[in-house]
Amino acid sequence: MEGGDPPMIDVTLTATGITKLFNRRMIFREISFSLKGGDSLAITGRNGSGKSTLVKILCGVLTPTQGTVQFAIGGKRVSIDAAKDYLGLVTPYLQLYDEFSGWENLELLSRIRSNDFPIDERAAESLKLVGLWDRRKDMVRTYSSGMKQRLKYAFALLHRPAVLVLDEPTSNLDAEGVEVVKRVAEAQRASGILVVATSDAIEAQWCARELRLGNQTQMVTIR
Amino acid sequence: MSTLSSTYALIRKDIQSELRTRYALNALLMFVVTTVATILFALRSDQPTATVLAGMYWVVIFFTAMSGLSRIFVSEEERGTTMTLQLVASPSVVYFGKLLFNVVLTLSLTLAVTLLYTIVFSTSFTIQTPSIFAVTVLLGSLGFASAATIIAAIVAKANTRGTLYPVLSFPVLIVLLMTVMSATAKALDGEEFGAAMGDFQILLGYILAITGGSYLLFDYVWKD
Repeated sequence: MEGGDPPMIDVTLTATGITKLFNRRMIFREISFSLKGGDSLAITGRNGSGKSTLVKILCGVLTPTQGTVQFAIGGKRVSIDAAKDYLGLVTPYLQLYDEFSGWENLELLSRIRSNDFPIDERAAESLKLVGLWDRRKDMVRTYSSGMKQRLKYAFALLHRPAVLVLDEPTSNLDAEGVEVVKRVAEAQRASGILVVATSDAIEAQWCARELRLGNQTQMVTIR
Repeated sequence: MSTLSSTYALIRKDIQSELRTRYALNALLMFVVTTVATILFALRSDQPTATVLAGMYWVVIFFTAMSGLSRIFVSEEERGTTMTLQLVASPSVVYFGKLLFNVVLTLSLTLAVTLLYTIVFSTSFTIQTPSIFAVTVLLGSLGFASAATIIAAIVAKANTRGTLYPVLSFPVLIVLLMTVMSATAKALDGEEFGAAMGDFQILLGYILAITGGSYLLFDYVWKD
């Protein structure tokens, strides 16, 4: 984001022994890692290896079969429900409301979340960042798939999350949109935690560590 | 998160969304009109008793509710916005927001049915004890909304939600239906307010049990 280096947020995300089965099919087993402010993790693997599943578990929208995900803000542990106030997620599985405009979506969802910042100011900032300011009053049903992806970023960044989780971050985006996402990822690395789930090797390079899902799950340091 | 302000914001969102999409409203209104018209044609010039009228009144409300009240959660699943809600609201906010929206919808539905009945069956549907009728409609609507909300949350994730909803709802609602029919018949017969106290106690107990149980269970239903 524009304007000076943002302060580093004191946040930790700890995954311990995460295992997920769907019926009797093992998706992944005993995944553990810990991230703090300034850390970044790429989750990679083939189609069906469980990248999106792990993302959903980290964000508290899917329950693991075993294991725990814990968040701590300012050194104090917070529940997964409270942690969602500090979490931003962009994923193909997330949809916004077609019957509202881009602006209305951000305003309504911010009020439901009971954010304590000036909503109009932040919504304007987010929409300008992702290049949707001129289309803010148009209904989301009139948006292209790329515009909907940009709106998801606006929604995810509205509350300046301590933890930003991106699942297939550049899907449906044009070259300009990809550049915006790269800048967002860079800014997030500087101020909080970044998690990127991707099958693209270039996107994986945005992160310092890589968790490769598959038959043999591996944690690799990239840089 | 401030639970009250979040819940209010969620109800506002659902009302605005419903007014724009008419997702449930159109289905409910059409069902009410066609059902009442069918009853009218079936009865022709017959004058049904208070008990029969009370039964038919709540049958119309039950089946209309079955056609519309599940949409509060089904629409979120169908449009893929369940995850969005999970990210911005705690389970208790979602539960109470959806419950209160369903209460508003059910009260509107009962008002519409009452008006239609009063017009269509003007000679036989005469509310002799309005106080019993008003309390019955209020408690009945609360009971309907409580049961309908948790069952809607359960079936929203199922594949055969269309048939599953009334199948799951009927056993849960039968106690409520029998009680509201009994109380409504008393209102149409002109009995004293005290005569319906037993019915009101059952309804209050039902509402408390269903709402309390639903609140405790909702966390497990809402999260995958």
